[in-house]
Amino acid sequence: MTLIEALTGLAPDLAIYLALTIPLVGTVLIVLTGRWPNLREVVTGLTATGLFLSVLQLLPFVLAGERPEVTLFEFLPGLDFAFRVEPLGMTFALVSSGLWILTSLYAIGYMRGAGEAHHTRFYAYFAIALFSATGIALAQNMFTLFIFYEILTLSTYPLVAHKGHEAARKGARIYVGLLLGTSIGFQLMAILATWWLTGTLDFTEGGIMEGQVGHGVGAVLLVLYMYGIGKAALMPFHRWLPEAMVAPTPVSALLHAVAVVKAGVFTVLKVSIYLFGLDYMQALVTTDLIMYIAAFTLLGASIVALQKDNLKARLAYSTVSQLSYIVLGAMLVNQYAAVGGGMHIVMHAFGKITLFFCAGAIYVASKKTEVSQLDGLGRKMPFTMFAFFLGALCVIGVPPLGGLWSKFHLVMGSFEAQHAMMAGVFMLSTLLNIAYLLPPVTRAFLRPLPEGESPGFREAPAFCVVPLSLTALGGVAMFFLASPLREMLEGMFIY
Amino acid sequence: MIDQLPALPVVITMAAAPLVMCLLRWPWLAWATTTAACWAALAATIALLHHVLDVGTVSYAMGGWEPPFGIEYRIDAANVFVLLIIAGVSALIMPFAKRSVESEIEASKIPFFYCAFLLANCGLLGVTATGDAFNIFVFFEIAAIASYALIAMGKDRRAVMASYQYLVMGTVGTTFLLIGIGFLYIMTGTLNLNDLAHRLPEVSDTNTVRAAFAFLAVGVSLKLALFPLHLWLPNAYTYAPSMVTVFLSATATKVAIYVLLRLFYSVFGIEFSFEELSMNYVLFPLALLGILIPSIVAVFQNNAKRMLAYSSVANVGYIILGISFATTLGVMASMLHIFNHAITKAALFMALGCVVYRAGGTSLERMAGMGQRMPWTMAAFVLAGLSLIGIPLTVGFITKWHLILASLETGLWPIAVFLLGTSLLAVIYIWKVVEAAYFREPLAENANVQEAPLSLLVPTWVLTLLCVVFGVYTPFTVGIAETAAETLMGGFL
Repeated sequence: MTLIEALTGLAPDLAIYLALTIPLVGTVLIVLTGRWPNLREVVTGLTATGLFLSVLQLLPFVLAGERPEVTLFEFLPGLDFAFRVEPLGMTFALVSSGLWILTSLYAIGYMRGAGEAHHTRFYAYFAIALFSATGIALAQNMFTLFIFYEILTLSTYPLVAHKGHEAARKGARIYVGLLLGTSIGFQLMAILATWWLTGTLDFTEGGIMEGQVGHGVGAVLLVLYMYGIGKAALMPFHRWLPEAMVAPTPVSALLHAVAVVKAGVFTVLKVSIYLFGLDYMQALVTTDLIMYIAAFTLLGASIVALQKDNLKARLAYSTVSQLSYIVLGAMLVNQYAAVGGGMHIVMHAFGKITLFFCAGAIYVASKKTEVSQLDGLGRKMPFTMFAFFLGALCVIGVPPLGGLWSKFHLVMGSFEAQHAMMAGVFMLSTLLNIAYLLPPVTRAFLRPLPEGESPGFREAPAFCVVPLSLTALGGVAMFFLASPLREMLEGMFIY
Repeated sequence: MIDQLPALPVVITMAAAPLVMCLLRWPWLAWATTTAACWAALAATIALLHHVLDVGTVSYAMGGWEPPFGIEYRIDAANVFVLLIIAGVSALIMPFAKRSVESEIEASKIPFFYCAFLLANCGLLGVTATGDAFNIFVFFEIAAIASYALIAMGKDRRAVMASYQYLVMGTVGTTFLLIGIGFLYIMTGTLNLNDLAHRLPEVSDTNTVRAAFAFLAVGVSLKLALFPLHLWLPNAYTYAPSMVTVFLSATATKVAIYVLLRLFYSVFGIEFSFEELSMNYVLFPLALLGILIPSIVAVFQNNAKRMLAYSSVANVGYIILGISFATTLGVMASMLHIFNHAITKAALFMALGCVVYRAGGTSLERMAGMGQRMPWTMAAFVLAGLSLIGIPLTVGFITKWHLILASLETGLWPIAVFLLGTSLLAVIYIWKVVEAAYFREPLAENANVQEAPLSLLVPTWVLTLLCVVFGVYTPFTVGIAETAAETLMGGFL
């Protein structure tokens, strides 16, 4: 803790203001320095570091049980534009801003190595996306969260359409269509109805629905929320995520494995815990329905992933599956599973960002995109492929990687909820994870190189390899840091 | 001075019109005079707004003839809000007008153009400010005839046909109004709106009054382009000069909607209009169809200006929907949308005006590649487009929020769903333009197109930013709309 103590000292409200302004100022500076690429990349790195440090300032307060709060202005009577830091948001903000630092390093190597165009636009929208992710994490009420949720969708549209060709445009259209459509069609409806019925949208410990909303209406609202939060990628509204893979890999890595998709499941947890309240949710008929849908998504997406030869597509479907772990955790409605869901946000982030970083590094170094092309690559890219191995283990949940602990909690949660079948679902999914994540590793290390390829050492640029090694090691570190994380998340239920 | 305020906006614009006619040789001076008149009218309106918010309803006897015999100007929160929209938009487009008009209108006709513009402006201000039924008709005609001339000056030859269509429909509308007003006069012997409101209950159970109501309702509906009486609107907006489209889209239909509100709620009263004659059963389905069908039609348009024209018809539907609820919240949502849609649409049409100025047209082929060629113009278009869709932090969202709450209040859950669903149609048509502008290669002849000049760009951005400012800072608009709705619901006291 000494490191944290050395870096702290800011008043909490100042830290919140900083966390929200730094990415915006960074965006402006990135645009202004667009003509000098090296300077621009330094600005990106500094912005990411600044954001992470200001979020870190809030950690001691949250650990001490405080909930720092800032109100910017009153939007409509009784409805504030406000921020409040609680354990779950703290976790999400730390993960997304911390991994942004590594991603901004990685992006330097990738964007130059892969010969992508329009770098300034890319970095600028990236910064706006992280701004919105931070806003989602720190939002004090559902309305503030919704605003940032929409900004996140809109700011990632240019990133998905980045390459500008027909496939990218089509992918981006589906992306923005599904995400905007579900959020306006279902989520906004649910928010308005909640506001109408309860007169508040504040995230409150224990929920706001109890005694205000009948169980029938509550059941409908739950379905509206769960499908309205399209970023959580519940089937059948999951198509946007595989489509988003046309984006450059740093986008897939940070946004479509961490910031955007985790913003979705984060919102699911937040709505379940702070709007509905776990006790209230237990009484709803649709809680089980959503649970089964999540279980179906979880297994279905894994089976689709098995059949994908394209590495990024396989990882995308794997993400769809892993997101449903968290939705399922929320639907089990007990503390064990909810904490497990919160932990899984972190663990899966480290595992999946590593895997995407590796996929991008492989593309930069060898232009290979398919799993079947990876034969013998372990000899040419040992660091990358070993990191891939660690990332895969983290997603699968094997010690000594952090993924073990979140799965552990989720399975314990299913027993506590007396849904032993869900424990079986988690186990079956683990087997499927092994089946689709380990073949790239075994091919790379155990099979010979194809005919005619020189066996020389040929890694991606250091800007790619160093970040991916660090995130892989982060997965290992989380194995040992799981206990403090768990303690912090349990603070959600102490009030 | 403050006593004369209610008349000033109308008087200033009306007096400036003949003055501009005298400046035939100096188009530049004609523009400057018009600009000065518009800004003076805006200053007077803002002063009037402050005054009304301070002391409440203001009555002004035109020429010193006391109401109900003379013409009364009666300003309350409802119409001062509309006055602000008209005066504000006309003042803001004047800097924009200079170069846009020079490029679209022959030099010799420019003073005539500004004269007609001032008359249209004066007519709309007059309809809004007056408290006299016959005066409403007169000013409607002034505004309408001036607009026919303005639309017919469009570069495209089809503008003449569009203007003719508008003339036929508009004349039918105002004639109906006149008949309705005549009937009311026969029955009550008065033309003063306030006086009418007091005398109508005694005679309301007669067929003459009911016929008068029908004539007035249909006449005003024609003017406000209520579906299916909207057929004049798409052509008129598409072929009119850019600046005229901006002005008319922001003000003309809004003023007619205000008259509808005034007649239904203040003059005939809520009981007569909605309980006895059940206008909600007429307005409600028309509003729903009017939202749905034009939105779908808009999706299939290939000309961005025409697309937005259909979107205007759909947005009239939103406003009428709020009116049909016959609740304070519903009327408040409508008043908000009158303001919000005015600035949003004005910003969008201005951005298109910039495109016309540089690229020569607004068909999607011509707009291709403009995202790179005219980055600031297209950025304004996208922002204002988001407001049209109703994304949070824009004014469009504020409207939607209140409109949906109003429908929930009346227990109409399906309508709330419907409203959210139709805003997705707006996503589709705005996105069509975005894709053309950002992801397609420009036409060969447009390869060297530059960003629009600052005199076009600055007003466009001012209006676009207003869409965001009032989307974030809501007390001003929501407060006035609330007072206006309460005033209208209360009838004349």
